[in-house]
Amino acid sequence: MITAVELGLIYAIMALGVYLTFRILDFPDLTVDGSFTTGAAVASISIINGVNPFLATAFAFFIGAAAGVITGLLHTKGKIDGLLAGILTMIALYSINLRIMGKANLPLLGETTVLTFLRENRLLGTWVSVGLMFLGCLVAVAVIVWFLRTDVGLAMRATGDNEEMIRSLGVNTDNQKILGLALSNGLVGISGAVIAQFQGFADIGMGIGVILIGLASVIVGQAIFGQKFIWIAALAVVFGSVAYRLVIQLSLQAGLEVNDMKLISAVLVVIALLLPQWKGLGKFANRISIRSKSITTEDKKEVGVDA
Amino acid sequence: MLEITSLNKTFFPGTVNERKALRNINLTLTDGEFVTVIGSNGAGKSTVLNMVGGKLRPDTGTVRVAGKDVTRLADHSRARYIGRVFQDPMAGTAPNMTIEENMALALGRGTFRGLGFGVTKRKREQFVEELRSLELGLENRLKAKVGLLSGGQRQALSLLMATFSGPKILLLDEHTAALDPQRAALVARLTEEIVVRHQLTTLMVTHNMEQALRLGTRLIMMHDGQVILDLDSEQKAQMTVPGLLHEFEKIKGAQLDDRTMLQ
Ligand SMILES: Nc1ncnc2c1ncn2[C@@H]1O[C@H](COP(=O)(O)OP(=O)(O)OP(=O)(O)O)[C@@H](O)[C@H]1O
Ligand SMILES: [Mg+2]
Repeated sequence: MITAVELGLIYAIMALGVYLTFRILDFPDLTVDGSFTTGAAVASISIINGVNPFLATAFAFFIGAAAGVITGLLHTKGKIDGLLAGILTMIALYSINLRIMGKANLPLLGETTVLTFLRENRLLGTWVSVGLMFLGCLVAVAVIVWFLRTDVGLAMRATGDNEEMIRSLGVNTDNQKILGLALSNGLVGISGAVIAQFQGFADIGMGIGVILIGLASVIVGQAIFGQKFIWIAALAVVFGSVAYRLVIQLSLQAGLEVNDMKLISAVLVVIALLLPQWKGLGKFANRISIRSKSITTEDKKEVGVDA
Repeated sequence: MLEITSLNKTFFPGTVNERKALRNINLTLTDGEFVTVIGSNGAGKSTVLNMVGGKLRPDTGTVRVAGKDVTRLADHSRARYIGRVFQDPMAGTAPNMTIEENMALALGRGTFRGLGFGVTKRKREQFVEELRSLELGLENRLKAKVGLLSGGQRQALSLLMATFSGPKILLLDEHTAALDPQRAALVARLTEEIVVRHQLTTLMVTHNMEQALRLGTRLIMMHDGQVILDLDSEQKAQMTVPGLLHEFEKIKGAQLDDRTMLQ
């Protein structure tokens, strides 16, 4: 169970990246499936070649960000549909990842990683490591919340909220999208790097379906905890990621196999997307909806707005 | 302040859908001039505004703002000089951001946006001051999401956001058309006050002739991609709604005659 929580916290960094594109920029970015592995590959090969593991994880951020920039350029300058732009980058990254790794699976046996300290002190799988990882997530949440309140962060949010309007106020929305995609995939790269170090290897297939895990974390987390303020929305993503892992853990214990997990992820996301169409669920349904930031008449009553 | 010279625009040239939206438009607005623009549907009013705002590029002709040629500048690059309000009250604000965040977005018009906090105590004081001028009580609801406001409130806020951070030119495209009469009157009154207060050179499109006559210092009428009537403030003061309709019929009729004669 604790291992599931640990995994949830590491994947939460990726889910925060998905939150940036999916919710803030309103951009369905599929680059994630590729950039997750790229982060893992770059960090692993660096570590094997004697680079400090923390530096190697930082490399993963930059390489992920570069992947995001490419998707951004394809979409904004190349005028390619957002979904397709992400798919193109993702597919291209598959070959690049193989090149970086040299083979399909890259073990990190005996290497010093960012988790070596925890592992040697037998702290992995205990609440100490959960606490430390949670702290790491809190730092990420704090940085994101701070960023989204700066002038450039406000411009990025407005880009996802009303592009036409923010352009008329002098913001180059192309640049905002590219920046957002870079930050998002940078976080995804870090998450991939840490997962590789956690499981002890990088694998060419480890990124497949990661976007669904991210979406499930964002949608489920925010359905449960809401997104009234940015810090709540971001924290909800972290909890969503942990909740997702616990669901997976429970289904494994219930007799499903690891190979069924992609199906479970897909079903979870479908449920989360369909629920809001069910009027009977009222307020809960509103929270969960895909553009759930949209304001309902019910909210209006609460605030007591006149016509 | 605003100089439009020999603007031409044809949509879908060389196809069956070819549509000459603008035919050699020339228009010069002096500093602080407030021009109301009327004309039938499809006359080209919005197209002119879109070219000034940078949403559309003309086929030929130039647009100059304060002597600077902006014809080839992207919309966001000329936003420093130009404030816009659209017909749709939803268009001018970010619904999922708070009133103060929207104000902060507008305050940053045309400036570099860095890593300083978007909303600070000092900026908030300025926002309260500005919002108070709307007399809608929005200054007490800085943390409310803009999506919760009524159409009239949102349009008033859009107007404020389009004007308070120092543009030189204001473009209004039927910005009161989607509001009920009472709120339309409110937004029209605010428009008048704000234009005078900030000395804005203004182009305001409206289908309400009475409004076009009452507001502004000059009136132009467009038809079929051309300016067919241009009244200065004196002539405008003399003009009535039936008078305008009469002029319109007369000029339109004359044009038709010209064409039939040419055939
Ligand atoms: N983006 C566009 N693509 C194709 N045709 C366009 C486009 N914009 C405008 N037109 C055409 O150009 C002509 C002028 O349109 P415009 O929107 O400027 O009219 P308008 O005077 O604003 O009319 P209204 O009073 O209905 O708003 C119309 O025939 C319209 O169909
Ligand atoms: Mg129009």
